[in-house]
Amino acid sequence: MLAVPLSTPTGGRLMNRLNFVKLLSKSAIILVTGNFFSTVLKGSSDTAAKAYTHMKRYALGIQIDKCIGCANCVKACKIENNVPRQPFYFRTWVERYIIKKNDEVVVECKEGGAGKLSTELEEREILRSFFVPKLCNHCDNPPCAQVCPVGATFKTEEGIVLVDDDRCIGCSYCIQACPYGARYMHPEKKTADKCTLCYHRIKQGLLPACVEVCPTQARVFGDLESNASPLTRLKRMKKIHVLKPELNTKPKVFYTDLDGEVK
Amino acid sequence: MKKLPDQIIRISIIFTALILFTIVIRVFIIPEDLKEKGIFRTSAIKQELAKEIHYAGSEICVDCHEEQYDAKHNGYHKELSCEVCHGPSYEHSEEPDDATPEAPRKRKFCPVCHTYNLSRPTGFPQINPFAHNPLEPCINCHEPHDPRPLETPKECAGCHRSIATTLAVSPHVKLECITCHNTPEDHKINPRIVRPGKPTESKFCGKCHADGSSNREAPKIDISVHGENGEKYLCWQCHYPHLPEVD
Repeated sequence: MLAVPLSTPTGGRLMNRLNFVKLLSKSAIILVTGNFFSTVLKGSSDTAAKAYTHMKRYALGIQIDKCIGCANCVKACKIENNVPRQPFYFRTWVERYIIKKNDEVVVECKEGGAGKLSTELEEREILRSFFVPKLCNHCDNPPCAQVCPVGATFKTEEGIVLVDDDRCIGCSYCIQACPYGARYMHPEKKTADKCTLCYHRIKQGLLPACVEVCPTQARVFGDLESNASPLTRLKRMKKIHVLKPELNTKPKVFYTDLDGEVK
Repeated sequence: MKKLPDQIIRISIIFTALILFTIVIRVFIIPEDLKEKGIFRTSAIKQELAKEIHYAGSEICVDCHEEQYDAKHNGYHKELSCEVCHGPSYEHSEEPDDATPEAPRKRKFCPVCHTYNLSRPTGFPQINPFAHNPLEPCINCHEPHDPRPLETPKECAGCHRSIATTLAVSPHVKLECITCHNTPEDHKINPRIVRPGKPTESKFCGKCHADGSSNREAPKIDISVHGENGEKYLCWQCHYPHLPEVD
């Protein structure tokens, strides 16, 4: 680059304006060249990343009218993912909604749904009642990933939101940011923890643990990109709703027969 | 060739150094796993994948336990995965002799799903564990791989518990379900496919509620006038028959 003949400075040791501008343009050329090199380097690693790509987008469907509230999913999730056994750490939990005749809404979730259900309410007071299993919605637009100051929460190629335990500094911003309350602070690791949709299982062709043990097939797991997956079939056959669509988080847990009272 | 001005040489040295510095950092210092994906480490994914599996998945069970599979896959429990009852069994699937999955035989196990609860969907088989053969382990009467009622429940309340509870306090308590619901026998076998009927005309309710009916206790109305001559609405579209309002 520098072989290009430069004009002789005419103003002695001091540079005149013309030469300064010329020099500036030459430096710009050098800078651009440097950038070009780094782009080439980056490009080579991009191809490596491409080999990793799968055209899969995993998600979960939940059929409210099939859930019997047995909390098998809650227990299985704890076993599969070594979630602390104390009754306030959950990656998935089951809420019981009771809508009374006076329009009062009671939401009950003892021990994540595995606790004893209350029977104090008189049946005649109750208008309708049902169970709602909840978990991380694996948003397409995850607020938790946006607030993470160290980039420890990220979305995989398959659209699953994961936490990098080694990078997480335990600041709890993501726990605050999640509108679904799907995250908790792991008491031993001191990092944020949440549902991974059993990433280690689904990559081996197994179902997530909660789906595996659901006795009534209330939970449906599948690939959104495949037309033949059970989840696509569910989305085709049923009326689907997601939690808090107004927040634009684009959640990927799809509910059927979801009641308007569910928040 | 003329000598390059000093300041050009100096500035090019600085820029060359900067470029080299960038290349060195990108190639040698930044770890591979941070480069691949931009913001996060790809090894985080590897860590996630390396996590231990506890639930084996039901497909592998069939290889050895064919008998149980055959019993199960036609019965009411066909949608249940083995590990719903037998617990996490990955270890057992790898080394069958080293680990034995649990086989719950106690009475308290089945009511986890089958205790009556009004939040549970109607039609799901539910019992009251305090009233249903107390202290008897469930497996004494029901084979868990192909559970079925010992005899098809005579009472509809076996499945339609919430309707039975409402009906119990209603003036219609003495009516049998089949008085109004024409129920094919197959409904007991395929409850969701073969459905019981409902009254299709006002005259049906009129058998008791029309003026001049032989039933002395039932409140009477003039069926020809009430509810737009019964042409527009059927009685049960306004009056819930399992708990009809008296006044």
